[in-house]
Amino acid sequence: MAQTTQREFMLGEGSGTGSGSQNLRVGVGPAHPAMHGIIRITTELDGEVIVKADVEIGYLHRAFEKDCEEGGYNNAIPFTDRLNYVSPLINNFGYCAAVEKLLGIGVTERCKYIRVIMSEISRICDHLTCIGASAMELGAFTVFLYMIKAREFLWELVEDVTGARLTISYGRVGGVKADLPDGFAERTAKAFKETREVLDEVHRLLTGNRIFMDRMIGVGALSREETIAYAITGPLLRAAGVPYDVRRAQPYDVYDRLEFEIPTQKDGDNYSRYLVRMAEMEQSMRIVEQALAMVPGGPINVDFEGRPVDPAWYVDRGKQGKTEGLLLVPITLSPNLLGSERPAHERINAHDKRVVLPPKETTYGSIEGLMNHFMLIMEGNGIRPPRGEAYVAVEGANGELGFYVVSDGTDRPYRVRCRPPCLPPMAALHRMIEGEMVADLIPTFGSVNMIGGELDR
Amino acid sequence: MDGAAMLAELRARFGSDVVETHEHRGDHTAVVTREALRRVLAWCRDEPSLAFEMLTDLTAVDYVKYPGRQDGPRFEVVYHLYSLTHNHRLRLKVRVDEDDALVPTAVDLWPIADWFEREVWDMFGVRFAGHPDLRRLLMYEEFVGHPLRKDYPIDRRQPLIGPAS
Repeated sequence: MAQTTQREFMLGEGSGTGSGSQNLRVGVGPAHPAMHGIIRITTELDGEVIVKADVEIGYLHRAFEKDCEEGGYNNAIPFTDRLNYVSPLINNFGYCAAVEKLLGIGVTERCKYIRVIMSEISRICDHLTCIGASAMELGAFTVFLYMIKAREFLWELVEDVTGARLTISYGRVGGVKADLPDGFAERTAKAFKETREVLDEVHRLLTGNRIFMDRMIGVGALSREETIAYAITGPLLRAAGVPYDVRRAQPYDVYDRLEFEIPTQKDGDNYSRYLVRMAEMEQSMRIVEQALAMVPGGPINVDFEGRPVDPAWYVDRGKQGKTEGLLLVPITLSPNLLGSERPAHERINAHDKRVVLPPKETTYGSIEGLMNHFMLIMEGNGIRPPRGEAYVAVEGANGELGFYVVSDGTDRPYRVRCRPPCLPPMAALHRMIEGEMVADLIPTFGSVNMIGGELDR
Repeated sequence: MDGAAMLAELRARFGSDVVETHEHRGDHTAVVTREALRRVLAWCRDEPSLAFEMLTDLTAVDYVKYPGRQDGPRFEVVYHLYSLTHNHRLRLKVRVDEDDALVPTAVDLWPIADWFEREVWDMFGVRFAGHPDLRRLLMYEEFVGHPLRKDYPIDRRQPLIGPAS
């Protein structure tokens, strides 16, 4: 290779033949250290500036929508955990709400509050992860560790309620799996105190930090009009100055009874998105605190008399037909069923026997309960919404999370469509990074908060 | 404008191009003909009393195994619209046959339709006329078939692809 040609090629200045200039094509991903999530961005660079970018997704496609068509309505709930795996509770409740709308049933008051509380805790976890990871990619590793510490406190709360940390499968059509455990409010208050301290620290570390501001302000901006045209919702839309939030615009559960603000910014750049997410976490904590103070029901099992029995003994008695008085016996269920004993069950689940599984005491203790259980579990039976279709939107951590469910009257959903909140921003990502420096790709990609599970389904 | 008024307005304006309207569980739906689809979408977006600035979702449903609909048009392409100004929603549908699965594109009305339409092509094999770059979105180019069609078996294996060893 001639000396000039080689030089031109190395510097990306020439066409490699000694005439004119050429752009350099650089592929980022699918497995790149700065890409949290498997995605491929093919960029065309002129020097350090991105001229053109093509985003390629689908590396995490697991046929969520196809799988949902293969089982009963409740069978899809574990799949929804794996959509946005940082805030799986919101997915659970969104899907359940869609099926409930199709069935035309409501849930109990206490269940609505529980759904709100758990959704908001998930939202905080999601925002913590997003900001922590994006800050880490800009070199602020401390922030990441602090944020993950705070998320740990919140995940402990989630674990208390659902029995799992990530794949929680807590929602049920017509209710939730289990009631809130004893002492939950106190533990939440403690966890929020820690979280607030972390947020305060992060504010002092990042919000006025010169390096952070230089990397974020004015970078990855999208105009208000374009954000709307791309159907982007959630923090990205609010950062562009549109106060749209499904919780306020079309309130579901009990959001219309709670006081909270919808933080907005006007620039639509990465820094605005950061500020919106930081402010939203505080609002979410406000919502949880109000909801915990208002949640109806009070403690259960306080005036329950009799001796608790072992579930195995109970089941054996039931199988032998010795069911006399069994319905009245309090029972210590196995730990993974904690909070779903009969008194709690009635408070948190809809009173619709066509939809909600009976509590285990009733299933094992009475023939009616057993038949009810069978009718919901056996193949070909189960929940059967009438023919029709329903679209339900909830406010996910990344924006409007929609479920469009079509029923053909059988026990399996005919079609489940998930409208993933992070697909529109990914479709617009090339608009955000074109014309920017290649190093700005990283904070912009971070601010979009792509979650592979829900993007590729 | 509430949902029922919206549907009445659509029927009055587009007449026989609106095939069917219905309301189920509070969701309002209008089925329009393919020929009128672009006019209806553009009108929904630009009419100030509707002002659907957002194409929230675009998907399709394969009705080939739906009881009572086996003989009708196989696919329904479903548009979910949302208006930020008026805070209302509307669902529009267009029906197409399998051997003529072609719908006009909405990319010039809402740029987000780009990816949504690529996904529908990928998953259902419905083409969009006028789409600038109709590639598969989630599956890879070598994939054979359209996985969300009802006659695509869930356990079908596809040959592995990758760099030649």
